[in-house]
Amino acid sequence: MIDLGKYAFAVLASYGVSLALLAGLIWQTLVANARARRALEDHERGKKDG
Amino acid sequence: MSIWEYANPVRFMRMTDRLLPWVVGGAVLFSVTGVVWGFLTPDDFRQGSTVKIVFLHVPAAMMAINIWVMMLVASLVWIIRRHHVSALAAKAAAPIGAVMTLIALATGALWGQPMWGTWWEWDPRLTSFLILFLFYIGYIALWAAIEDPDSAADLTGVLCLVGSVFALLSRYAVLFWNQGLHQGASLSVQSGERMSHVYRYPLYTAMVGFGLLFLALLIIRTRTEIRRRRLAALQAREMRA
Amino acid sequence: MLALLTRDLRLAVRAGGGFGLGVAFFLILSALVPFGVGPDRAALAPVAPGILWVGALLACLLSLDRIFALDHEDGSLDLLATAPMPLEGAVAIKALAHWITTGLPLVLAAPLFGVLLQLPPAAMPWLVLSLLIGTPALSMLGAFGAALTVGLRRGGLLLSLLVLPLYIPTLIFGAEITRRGAEGAAIVTPLVFQAGITLAVLALIPFAAAAALRVNLR
Repeated sequence: MIDLGKYAFAVLASYGVSLALLAGLIWQTLVANARARRALEDHERGKKDG
Repeated sequence: MSIWEYANPVRFMRMTDRLLPWVVGGAVLFSVTGVVWGFLTPDDFRQGSTVKIVFLHVPAAMMAINIWVMMLVASLVWIIRRHHVSALAAKAAAPIGAVMTLIALATGALWGQPMWGTWWEWDPRLTSFLILFLFYIGYIALWAAIEDPDSAADLTGVLCLVGSVFALLSRYAVLFWNQGLHQGASLSVQSGERMSHVYRYPLYTAMVGFGLLFLALLIIRTRTEIRRRRLAALQAREMRA
Repeated sequence: MLALLTRDLRLAVRAGGGFGLGVAFFLILSALVPFGVGPDRAALAPVAPGILWVGALLACLLSLDRIFALDHEDGSLDLLATAPMPLEGAVAIKALAHWITTGLPLVLAAPLFGVLLQLPPAAMPWLVLSLLIGTPALSMLGAFGAALTVGLRRGGLLLSLLVLPLYIPTLIFGAEITRRGAEGAAIVTPLVFQAGITLAVLALIPFAAAAALRVNLR
């Protein structure tokens, strides 16, 4: 483990906050995308059946 | 074959289907490499280990501004040529830009605390970013508030144009109002106090990584919007039938 | 055009709130600040220019949604859009009416509230002048925000979110003029910037606002 010295909190918090924000954004993007794709597919399949 | 071919949603979907794996791969490769490499750089003799924050702070700040410019261009394309994909891309980009601005502000605050002795300073650069964040929020809120998609695209487009002018105006007004603590550009070519290459290469890598990350997220989000729009259109047609 | 102006003014007077409400809000704000900051002259005088300008901004914001909302409800906005007069002109006139009913009273009342907030006498003329130059821009930008949100049911909150960031340059220069006036420093530079912003806003924003209105009336 590398030694961050007295600024360990600032560095780790920066990486933590940034990665958490990015992870949240990516997660939200993927979930919304999957939901939109499923909704559209369901709709198109329903039309063929009916 | 002109670039406008991709303004057709079907073509856009087909093209991005092929393109997306490469963009995602590049985004993962470059951003992970850049950020990890940045984290492993040696300490700076003045700033200590806090120099590692630069590999998140600078790429995020760069993207925060570039994404707004991209939204401006996309809005102009929508207003002038009425390509739906363009309007949807502008809508898809806004939350990414807001998150990038937030990262730049948060890492800046965490960095400023040990370096300047304060979390927040009403410094021109910091203030401009706060204002930029407000513009992002206003833009997203206006998209969310209007039901009719074409009207929403038009109105947010106009807002984006006026907002761009005022964001720029605020940038210089703020400069007039308070000279700050923040250092100037970190990557200017002429400046004598240039960054050491130990930091420069991981920083470039991280910047490319953030750019590709934005592109990947933008493509996915635009595809989401296109699918949503298509579904809404299909449902509306059935309601009428 | 004159007919539209007099009609808007008459409506504002009849509705009551027009002239008084903004100034009353300004008064309350000026009275509240000393309760928060303390009655000390030394504490109040330095913040007075900023408080007065922020107060003017918020008071102006209060009545913005009424610029187009009532006309949108009763359909007269559609008539205006199809009238021979360009919609840009109608927007400018409506912003002017808003300024006369809200901005002008604020300008006239500001010295009074300056006294309440211990604003140095030397700054008074500059406060009035900066407000006189700046408030037309506030009304015009407000008209743009109102045009964007006119069709929305709960547009009020969104309107303030959209318009307030646009007010930042005007606020910065306005408060700067007043502060420099209080210190007796040179005021020409911010004054020129302030006037430039207002003129640019008056010249260009009517087109943006009219474009937004046309979309909302579609």
